Parts: sequence; C-alpha cells; structure tokens
Amino acid sequence: MLNSLTLILVCQLAGELASVWLKLPVPGPVIGMVLLFVYLMVRGGISDSMTRTADGLLGHLSLLFVPAGVGVMLHFRLLEDNWLAVSAALIFSTIATIIVTALMMKWLSKASAS
Amino acid sequence: MNDLQGVWVYLSASPLLHLTMTMVAFQAASWVYNKAGKNPLLNPVLLSVIVVVCLLLITRTSYQTYFEGAQFVHFLLGPATVALAIPLYRQFDKVRRSALAILSSILAGSLTAILTALAIGKLLGASQATLVSLASKSVTAPVAMGISQQLGGLPSLTAVLVILTGIIGAMLGPLVLNLIGVKDWAVRGLAMGTASHGIGTARALHVSEVAGAFSGLAMGLNALATAILLPLIWRMFF
Repeated sequence: MLNSLTLILVCQLAGELASVWLKLPVPGPVIGMVLLFVYLMVRGGISDSMTRTADGLLGHLSLLFVPAGVGVMLHFRLLEDNWLAVSAALIFSTIATIIVTALMMKWLSKASAS
Repeated sequence: MNDLQGVWVYLSASPLLHLTMTMVAFQAASWVYNKAGKNPLLNPVLLSVIVVVCLLLITRTSYQTYFEGAQFVHFLLGPATVALAIPLYRQFDKVRRSALAILSSILAGSLTAILTALAIGKLLGASQATLVSLASKSVTAPVAMGISQQLGGLPSLTAVLVILTGIIGAMLGPLVLNLIGVKDWAVRGLAMGTASHGIGTARALHVSEVAGAFSGLAMGLNALATAILLPLIWRMFF
C-alpha cells in the first residue's frame, strides 16, 4: 500500500517538474498518469497493492472535487454580469460536446468494424 | 453560552472541523445519490457543495478558513489523477484497437466545446474576458486557467466555469447519452471525459470501469487538444 502510494507521488512530482521545466501545456498529474501508465507497461502488470491504492483513491473521486466546488462561493459576483450568456453557453455547449463526441466515436467504431 | 462560544473558537481554528464537515456532507450526499439509484441529477458533488456553502454562510466562515481543513481532501486530486493510469492500463487493449477513432472523436469534441461556447457567448453579448473563460470550460482546471491567463481571460472565473461545466456534464450527460441511444460504456465515458473533465470521469467511474478508463483518457487528451487549438482559434477570430 505504502510503496504504491509512494510510486504515485513520485510520478506526480516528476510530472509537475516536467510540466514546469518543459513548459508543457498539460498539468503535472496528467503527465504523472502517463508516467505511471508507462511504468505499468514496462512492468507488465499491476501489483495487488497498486490495485488497492488506486481503487481507494478513485473509489471516491467525486469527494475530491468538493473543496474546489465550494470555491464557487467566492465568485458568485463574477457570474452576475453575464449570467444569461454564461449559463446558456455552459449548458448547451456541454450538451453539444457530449453529443458530437459520442456520435463521432459510435460512427467511427462502426465504420472500422465493418 | 460562553462555553459553547469557546469550544466553537477552538474548533474553527483547527483543520479538523472543516475536514469533517466536508466528509459528513459528502457521506450524506452519497447516501441520497445511492438511495435514488445513482440518479445523475442528484450529483453528489453538487449536493455536498450546496450543503457546505450553506453551512459556511450561516456560520460566517470564510472560504480561506474552510480550505485550511478541506485542503487535505483537495490535495488527493493530484494522486487520484495519476491513479487513472490503472483503469486505463486494464482497458488498454480496447483503447489500442480504436486509437484513431478515439483521437478523432476527442478532437471533434474539443472543437465543438470551444466553438459552441464562443458562438453562444458572443451571441448573448458576453465580454471578451468571459468568452475566453467559456471557451476553456471543458478542460481540467489547471490547464483551463493557464490558457485563459495566456489569452487575457480571468483565471478565477475560468475555475468556476470549469467546475460548473463538470457538474452540468455529470448531471445531464447520462440523460443526453440515453436520449441519443448510446449504450457502449467506452463511448459514453469518452464523451463524458471530453465534455466535463474530472467530475464527468468521477460520474463515469460510479457506473462502469470501462467508462471511467475512457473518460480519464479523454480528459487528458482534451486538455492537450484544447491547449493547442484554443489559442489558434482565438487568434483567428479575435
């Protein structure tokens, strides 16, 4: 448990360093995810301890967004100015993105299967 | 009464109170969500945020004080993002088989997110700074804030819009996908992660590991796509 958590932190730290030094347009944890993925490929499998640690972290991923979500209270003022434009854009653009991505993927997987 | 005041002052100075508040609010929200058969409209992030914000407003607690406790939970977002490599590794065969379709779909989704947000915002008279923040709303917060800063937007507004987009996607995404008849978990996850980053991924993981893996992958790739595409599009139109 401890060694896999350490490995995750090492990947994150390496990702943060790479992101800052190489000025990559991707945040450190996402690069850390790639690094851990590469490690798993090289190792050729996932240890039980890593499975437990990852399941523990990801089992309640929603919880981890609550503190940032509460931060919305600081910025209600910013939303007041353009609230109609903002809410319309958020809702319709999000729905459009979901529809386009899903239909494109569905269509392309069908095309490649046949 | 004075004793109670004393206890309150003591407790609110330590991170324990607000950390516990976050956990209890989330437990309660999860209970409601699970009782309702994981109905996406009762998103546990949204419910917990509403409860915590109300408690903070009632007790006149600043976000800064709250965050001193809640930062311990917030910190785990980084390691959890790294841990998304595990579901991705388990589903890698599936990913490899449709790599080209995945890349094209995320690219199409990324363009849709940027262009529709800009078009709707412009049409309804949003300011330039708001437009930048709207255009980067679908990607994970640190990337979105970086892009909007680079293009003259407001990083703090961007962070709020990113969170709201995540919650909207997690709530409406499953309903929209049902409506258009998409049943494949891989496709559903890909769409959720592209449109609504980590909060969409969290919802995807609630229902299926395949969806979670594709959603985490889409979140990472859309961050990359938007970081490259949005500055180009912005210079073309503004």
